[in-house]
Amino acid sequence: MTANFAAILYLISGVCFIMALRGLSSPASARTGNMFGIAGMVIAIGTTLAQPGVEDYLWIIIGVAVGGVIGTVIALKIKMTAMPQLVAAFHSLVGLAAVLVAASALLAPDVFRIAVEGDIHLISRIELSIGMVIGAMTFTGSIVAFAKLQELMTGAPLVFAGQRLFNLLVALAIVALAIIFCFDQSPTIFWIMTALALVFGVLIIIPIGGADMPVVISMLNSYSGWAAAGIGFTLDNSVLIIVGALVGSSGAILSYIMCKGMNRSFISVILGGFGGEDNKMVKSDKPHKAGSADDGAFILSNAGSVIIVPGYGMAVAQAQHAVREMVAELNKKGVKVRYAIHPVAGRMPGHMNVLLAEANVPYDDVFELDEINSDFASTDVAFVIGANDVVNPVAKTDPQSAIAGMPILDVENAKTVLFVKRSLSPGYAGIDNPVFYNANTMMLFGDAKKMVEAIVKTL
Amino acid sequence: MEHVLDIHPLVIALTIFVMAIFIGYYVVWSVTPALHTPLMSVTNAISSVIIVGALLAAAPMESSLAKILGGVAVGLASINIFGGFAVTQRMLQMYKRK
Repeated sequence: MTANFAAILYLISGVCFIMALRGLSSPASARTGNMFGIAGMVIAIGTTLAQPGVEDYLWIIIGVAVGGVIGTVIALKIKMTAMPQLVAAFHSLVGLAAVLVAASALLAPDVFRIAVEGDIHLISRIELSIGMVIGAMTFTGSIVAFAKLQELMTGAPLVFAGQRLFNLLVALAIVALAIIFCFDQSPTIFWIMTALALVFGVLIIIPIGGADMPVVISMLNSYSGWAAAGIGFTLDNSVLIIVGALVGSSGAILSYIMCKGMNRSFISVILGGFGGEDNKMVKSDKPHKAGSADDGAFILSNAGSVIIVPGYGMAVAQAQHAVREMVAELNKKGVKVRYAIHPVAGRMPGHMNVLLAEANVPYDDVFELDEINSDFASTDVAFVIGANDVVNPVAKTDPQSAIAGMPILDVENAKTVLFVKRSLSPGYAGIDNPVFYNANTMMLFGDAKKMVEAIVKTL
Repeated sequence: MEHVLDIHPLVIALTIFVMAIFIGYYVVWSVTPALHTPLMSVTNAISSVIIVGALLAAAPMESSLAKILGGVAVGLASINIFGGFAVTQRMLQMYKRK
């Protein structure tokens, strides 16, 4: 295969990957998009295997077979609530693969045609350093994110005195070592730089709290893209550069959307220290109206229109299937039911949509905040389940609060608000919610799943 | 083949990179928010095209540390490729109309 022909095949592969992302503009075209992605991958791998330097297939076959089986089994078994952890784990693998490829390129530069008699080109040294550093950061950073999401370690921010200065010094040391490496191509310097980058990946994620995890996952998604692009530059491989750029910008956009969903600046998320698990328990004795499942069922069945606002608490209680049953009963009674999804309703971008889709909720009943927020005023019942901060009007009224400026779903505008919750305790951000005490709010205290099941029985 | 202009390969690579960032920017903004989780899992799968580097490293006849690292990287990237596309497909199959 000539180099030109290979380059054209890589280009086709790159176009397939663009089509894969393009397909995701609607659920109807998404599955075709995924097929494009698979086709792109097959072309890229096939083209590489036909390169003149590829002589021994044994290790490749073993690697693909073992990895393929592991990957497929995990993909088929994973619970949808655990998607954030899975994605974090996958990011770490991309990071580690980038590290290994960069290390391999340093050890055997001739295989990658980046050296003359063992002397690596200056440009390639720079590219190698960039690919290695970003890959290493992605690797360890994603492991920390995984551990936090899987609750192997505390979700609370880990901060120590002088942390930012220390991080800055480590970053500067990495840059300095990279510059030295570019001059003398010393493997020792390269390994020290790699070790520091691995440490740096841990350092940048530990101060970030549980509430900001959706941003972190998106950010690591972006890093994994830039790492791939860095390796793409080293190998002078167009498809790797294209994919790196696509994934890098995708992760960056998702990070931006998540930040906007919480009205947090990207910088303040990175600096960390926000949102632990240690909620201040505000004992509230303000008057509120509490109801039973029967009361809830009565109000729901007499409503003309209902908007359900699900939060991550619903998924934790595994209540989404019960909610779906409740909606089916209400639909039979002629009640119009829709779902309103806040951008940070789940633990990663779009997470709540997947959880609802898994519970067989049709996607045309599910609406984003911008699409549905003005409809609460003309809705009979807002049914809030497992959500709290995302419907807290304090975000609009108190500029001093931790969630100030965060876009919220205006549930209090509905004629009646039904709030399924264990207690009056505040949410992630530790802020009391005035909606609890409104005259048109009825609290339905209890476990989300049991409460909804009780409502279904009564309906 | 004679080059009319003597352009360094890095410049060509950089051109591709910048153009692809722009394509990524517009394509990703057109992704519906309902599919942001599948977007992350599929970008995960496609970023494992880094396997092309791993394949080259694992391919020479002679054994070396570089080859071992390449082989391991092939395995890791394969987990991601198979796992990423499979889990994306699994999720996309859940999205149904009324």
